[in-house]
Amino acid sequence: MEQPILAVRNLRKYFKTPHGLLHAVDDISFTINRGKTLGIVGESGCGKSTTGRCILRLIEPTTGEIWFDGEDVAQLNPRQLRAKRLDMQIIFQDPFSSLNPRNTVMQTIAEGVRIQKAYRTETEIQKRVLELMDIVGLAERLYNSYPHELDGGRRQRIGIARALAVNPKIIICDEPVSALDVSIQAQILNLLKDLQTELGLTYVFITHNLAVVNHISDEVLVMYLGQNVEQAPTEELFNNPKHPYTQSLFSAIPIPKVGANKERIIIQGEVSSPINPPVGCRFAPRCPYRMEICTRQDPALTEVTSGHLVACHLYTREESSEA
Amino acid sequence: MPNDIILSIKNLTVHYEVEGEVVEAVNNLTLDLKEGKVLGLVGETGAGKTTTALSILNLIPSPPGKIKSGEILLNGKNVLAMDIAELEQVRGKDVAMIFQDPMTSLNPVLTVADQIMESILIHETSSKEEARKRALEMLQTVGISPERADEYPHQFSGGMKQRVVIAIALACNSTLLLADEPTTALDVTIQAQVLDLMIKLKEQFSTSMIFITHDLGVVAQVCDEVAVMYAGRIVERGTLEEVFNHAKHPYTEGLFNSLPSIEDRTARLRPIPGLMPDPTKLPEGCSFAPRCSYAVAACSTTRQTEIGFSESHFALCSRYTEKDFALDRKELD
Repeated sequence: MEQPILAVRNLRKYFKTPHGLLHAVDDISFTINRGKTLGIVGESGCGKSTTGRCILRLIEPTTGEIWFDGEDVAQLNPRQLRAKRLDMQIIFQDPFSSLNPRNTVMQTIAEGVRIQKAYRTETEIQKRVLELMDIVGLAERLYNSYPHELDGGRRQRIGIARALAVNPKIIICDEPVSALDVSIQAQILNLLKDLQTELGLTYVFITHNLAVVNHISDEVLVMYLGQNVEQAPTEELFNNPKHPYTQSLFSAIPIPKVGANKERIIIQGEVSSPINPPVGCRFAPRCPYRMEICTRQDPALTEVTSGHLVACHLYTREESSEA
Repeated sequence: MPNDIILSIKNLTVHYEVEGEVVEAVNNLTLDLKEGKVLGLVGETGAGKTTTALSILNLIPSPPGKIKSGEILLNGKNVLAMDIAELEQVRGKDVAMIFQDPMTSLNPVLTVADQIMESILIHETSSKEEARKRALEMLQTVGISPERADEYPHQFSGGMKQRVVIAIALACNSTLLLADEPTTALDVTIQAQVLDLMIKLKEQFSTSMIFITHDLGVVAQVCDEVAVMYAGRIVERGTLEEVFNHAKHPYTEGLFNSLPSIEDRTARLRPIPGLMPDPTKLPEGCSFAPRCSYAVAACSTTRQTEIGFSESHFALCSRYTEKDFALDRKELD
């Protein structure tokens, strides 16, 4: 079997709050193969961005292993980590706040180019910056522009060029198109796909937009309150969602077609608090199929068909009754 | 004017004049809304959707905003010619508005009951008791337990806050509701709850609605009619079925092509190339011509004519004056 480029094991991130421990990420595990895209979906506060940041150790994980290219990123000392981060980059949601407003396009992208020390003279650096601008579709004349002079789509292109500047192997894309209008969103999604093919990049694609995740991912992981509730190859997941949360999430997507929105499962209630969560399935309070066992025992993530993992007592019931 | 038309906007032009530059936000916009209908006003950032909605309440901040021309007839009376006293009757009574961000449209230092009572006391009754009773009823209607009436906005989640905003908007039985991206800030499962509520309330109170959104999926779910805006103009309007299944304007086609399809996930997206023109320097001819794959030389120099395809379906595209012109997108049944 192919060696995965990234293997996250039992990742946990708890934040201390005055009211108790906030379980932002609670035992997440997954692997990604080189050149593939793993989509992580979920609603606000489910821990998807925290997961992305923990992989790069922009947030220190509480416990867990992050195996990247044969090394556990979680164990690296600061110097090793800095070197490792050349292989791992991130693109942020908001292209308005993730760029330094006082740096020009050139300065922003050149920062990454300089770090590598592969380009020695200013002319070489400049040449590389122009190359990167060309790759992401930024016109050469924007070289000396400041972020405020550019629209959201172009700013996001700068963010992508900056990430590419260090020749990374993997890019964490944290809601990279959520702040953009649909016509611009489509431009950026096409660009990310093309770059993946050309440069063999691996993506962790974090989003709340299910149509986007369906379009870009090879495999999808659905998070609810810090936990992995379902994971499967994209087509399998969309054709055959098993977890009641995934089903209601998919059914809530408004489809841009006349008459396509007639029957839907609308789940009641809201996400419960991630602070000191009680034992049992975290979706149970909203779940239409709740059983007695659901509030008593944590459902384990179980492979129900090949490659399709679900954490729900509906699918483990038979085995547990036999046992 | 047929009397089932509750709102009629005629040749509305709104400009913002800033530092010697003129932002042409809304240009010669004409629009009718029939009683009991929901019109979806669709378009991307900067298309002029919100400016149009604010004009209906005569709420364009001036300066820098300026309504250059046009009239807005609400139940036959021109909103733009009203004095302050008349406008105060319209705002919140005849026309209510729901804003995008429920976090900033509620007053943080008043309880939700007080905020719902406020508009009732202004428009409906002078009795506090009666107003409070009505406020509690409204909370019940939007699915909030009246026990929470004396809580403050920060004690509510985003979806619940938007329900409070809807309760305020509906409290005075307005005839027209302007909803400006009411679910954009909400998560998809909460959005589904709020949309479901709005559809039910619309049926219950037969309120007419202008629903501003950039999400075509939401439009398909709640709207009867659609108007697509681009650079301050309505480039296409028609019934939901006409615009979604028989789109005529190249921009409308571009919007649909940009959306990732749930059914064909690997299909390459076909985004609209380029960007919306600078609203201070709109092209002389068709504003969409620089990005349009169907544009011919005449498009960038001459104003477009509105072509009718049915009694209700119009598109602002002169190419249809040519025989046999059609878009690439397949029409749906």
